[in-house]
Amino acid sequence: MTRYPRWKFFLLLAVLLGCGLYALPNIFPDVPAVQISANAAGEEVPASVRRQVAEALDQAGVEHGPGEAVNTSWLVRLDSTNDQLRARQLLSDRLGDDYVVALNLAPTTPQWLRAVGASPMNLGLDLRGGVHFLLQVDMETVIRQRMEAWSGQAKMALRDEGIRYRDVAIDGQKLVATFDDQVAADAARAPLRTALPEFTLNQAEESPRLTLTLNASTLEELQDYAVEQNRTALNNRVNELGVAEAVVQRQGADRIVVQLPGVQDAAQARRILGRTATLEFRLVADQYSAQRAATGIAPPGTEIFPFRDQNNRPVILEKSKIATGDQVTNAQMGFDQQSGSPQVNVELDSTGARSMQRVTSKNVGNPMAVLFIETKTEMKTVEGENGERRQVPESTTDRYVINVATIQDTLGSRFRITGLDSPAEASELALLLRAGSLAAPVTIVEERTIGPSLGRENIEAGLKSMVLGMALVLVFMLVWYKVFGIFANIALLGNLVIIVGVMSLIPGATLTLPGIAGIVLTVGMAVDANVLIYERIREELRNGRRPREAIDEGYNRAFTTILDANITTMIVAVILFSAGTGSVQGFAVTLFIGILSSMFTAIIGTRAMVEMTYGRGARAPSKLSI
Amino acid sequence: MSNSKKMINFMGVRKVLGVMSICLVIASIILLATRGLNLGLDFTGGTNVVVESPADIDIAGARDTLEQAGFEDAVVQQYGSSRDLSIRVPPQDGIEADQVGQRVFQSLAGSIDGLQLKQVEFVGPQVGDELRDQSGLALLMALGLMLVYVWFRFTNKFGIATVAALLHDVIIVLGLFSLLRWPFDLTVLAAVLALIGYSLNDSIVVADRIRENFRNTRETDPHVIVNGAINETLTRTINTSFTTMLVLIALFFFGGEVMRAFSEALLVGIFVGTYSSIYVVANLLFTLGVSKEDFLIPEKEEIDEMP
Repeated sequence: MTRYPRWKFFLLLAVLLGCGLYALPNIFPDVPAVQISANAAGEEVPASVRRQVAEALDQAGVEHGPGEAVNTSWLVRLDSTNDQLRARQLLSDRLGDDYVVALNLAPTTPQWLRAVGASPMNLGLDLRGGVHFLLQVDMETVIRQRMEAWSGQAKMALRDEGIRYRDVAIDGQKLVATFDDQVAADAARAPLRTALPEFTLNQAEESPRLTLTLNASTLEELQDYAVEQNRTALNNRVNELGVAEAVVQRQGADRIVVQLPGVQDAAQARRILGRTATLEFRLVADQYSAQRAATGIAPPGTEIFPFRDQNNRPVILEKSKIATGDQVTNAQMGFDQQSGSPQVNVELDSTGARSMQRVTSKNVGNPMAVLFIETKTEMKTVEGENGERRQVPESTTDRYVINVATIQDTLGSRFRITGLDSPAEASELALLLRAGSLAAPVTIVEERTIGPSLGRENIEAGLKSMVLGMALVLVFMLVWYKVFGIFANIALLGNLVIIVGVMSLIPGATLTLPGIAGIVLTVGMAVDANVLIYERIREELRNGRRPREAIDEGYNRAFTTILDANITTMIVAVILFSAGTGSVQGFAVTLFIGILSSMFTAIIGTRAMVEMTYGRGARAPSKLSI
Repeated sequence: MSNSKKMINFMGVRKVLGVMSICLVIASIILLATRGLNLGLDFTGGTNVVVESPADIDIAGARDTLEQAGFEDAVVQQYGSSRDLSIRVPPQDGIEADQVGQRVFQSLAGSIDGLQLKQVEFVGPQVGDELRDQSGLALLMALGLMLVYVWFRFTNKFGIATVAALLHDVIIVLGLFSLLRWPFDLTVLAAVLALIGYSLNDSIVVADRIRENFRNTRETDPHVIVNGAINETLTRTINTSFTTMLVLIALFFFGGEVMRAFSEALLVGIFVGTYSSIYVVANLLFTLGVSKEDFLIPEKEEIDEMP
């Protein structure tokens, strides 16, 4: 008779206790809370503001917890979702623009559990409600814009060297420089090579022409940079929206995933995310008359734009910019002290401030305009070459003057923009300026909004089917396999504890509704291992073996089959994880974890229980309850 | 069959069932080729809106409202209860494709009091195409890897038989989805992939036992050996399928709308899979002419060659 090795008992005990500990936080329900964070990134919420929060809530008679620091923000627990909504309104009025007040759920994990790093599972958007966006960065625009800049550089290099050229045209990812004669074309090679190291200069052609092709590595860098910059800008905007635990991640070469848990107003989120708005400050070319502007033909060195507030009256602006939106370091909504109309107070960085100072000092008394540039991207259907219809993103850019003011004095790093329609517009403009502009227009290519009530329903549905399914399986095993059924059932419960524990331990793992289905399914399939073993034991008993031998045989001979059978499902889970998105990946994760843990509990777990019941003592059992 | 206790003679009706299986597979392939699958939003692109009202919603009225708002091609359906409505709009041309959901909700909210937006899903046509390609690839990859696994694990005849059983299950489930126009989305794909794992698992257990019995018995008639193996594993086959079906039934009834198609796919799949692991594998083994020689362990041959 082989004795069951002792280390397996210890391993079993250790795994169960460990996973049990980390599964424990899931029992404590989340409570509604508000999260207050400073507008400036990385800044802590000072004690004075914390006191202010408590006072405001006390005054309004809203019951609240003592509050606690979570990273840099301040989290205050509340009794109900009603209180939560009231508190947010109250606090955002009280604290103003410098702080963002967001709704959040606070875990009630006790301190001793948090001390060991235990926390509840992450819930997917389908369980907690919220908005999921997949944004596509419009690479064509990025490349086109950059190519225009490079073409400008090429022209400048040629001018500097005194080489006469006809044109530097853009052809996809190529620049084509044409010259009057071959001599000029040959002379242009060296300066172009030094001015544009990002390009490969092609060999001579018959006509006096040079072709520069963008290097693949530069192109890659450019795309990478554009996506990364967009991600950063989107991240800033999401922070501005005040969403707790938002996710902004790159996906693939040109896409960005944005997940906003708990956000209900998808329309607002979409507007803020999808918009690219920036400003330019330019001098008004007021030497030209209104009649000249009305012709629509801009004099050299100028451009004509509509003035939005004055029936789109055309205004002639100088082409050169004094400062641009990306030089804005801070922008806050405010109100004009005299007229009470909304305004945006802007602060510029040093480059912008220097330029602003230089230009305005020379132009006191002259008018300056604020040009608003907004890019929207829409899907247009186009007919392909083979007559097939497909949708492509098309960006349209609106440029209009929002404000013209006479320069009263030399401006520096701080000034204000007026001429805005409403406080809402002012605050949105301030937000967009603060959060930075997107490097490239983005299109929403996928959106999933799950209302909070549906999230709750999904959790309930998932739990209900899990409990019921599990109960049915437990009853069946008990009736069919009696005492051995009890072992299998205990193993099954242990299996559940391990799955939940492991899911809570892995920081990136998220529980989704299909994920719950994965757990439910493994509950059904987990008993398979036990069924295999038990049927084998019964068979061995029928063949006349003694109980001890039957147990050994049953476990040993069923093992390879169990391993075999589970490997196939694990392969499938891996494929699902790599091919699927969001919620389906959640299914793959729980399926994979579930299969591993079920093998563990069904083989080692039940064996330990069998050994404890039938293996102890001097006498071998004469009969098994199976 | 002299020593059998209460053996069921599974192989007695194998020809009839074999013909039935072949017919079902061919019918499914024809259905899939001509009618195709009722692809869900994930794969076609478009917008799906789910709304909830405190009172029952008049579907015809909702359809009219949407038609007036310019959504003539919207598909309006009850979603779980008569107070919930699901509206599916195919990809829209031109402006603001991603805002269709909001517009649908607003036009309905105008005519129904207390209407609440439960869910909006918008999938761009490009993403839909990609997901479709990706999913097809995942399905093929899963089947391919299973093939490789089985090839390593078994001799040719067993490999062919188990893989055929696997294809049999997947094709029939897809065929049923096509026949009944059940929506096929990413969750159903997950179910089909899980089924691939499960179905193979089931077949492997039976095949393992058949192999074991071929090696360990003095019996020479393959029919008797196979029949014996199937009978021995029968309780296990049925019990495992039964427990899995129990949890799936719970999912079907209580898992909500999202999980319904998922549990349908697996319920059907496991039913077919259980049948196929009993019949299709064994049936094919006979067709391929399995015999005791296939299981002789190589070492024995070497010993035979010794002088």
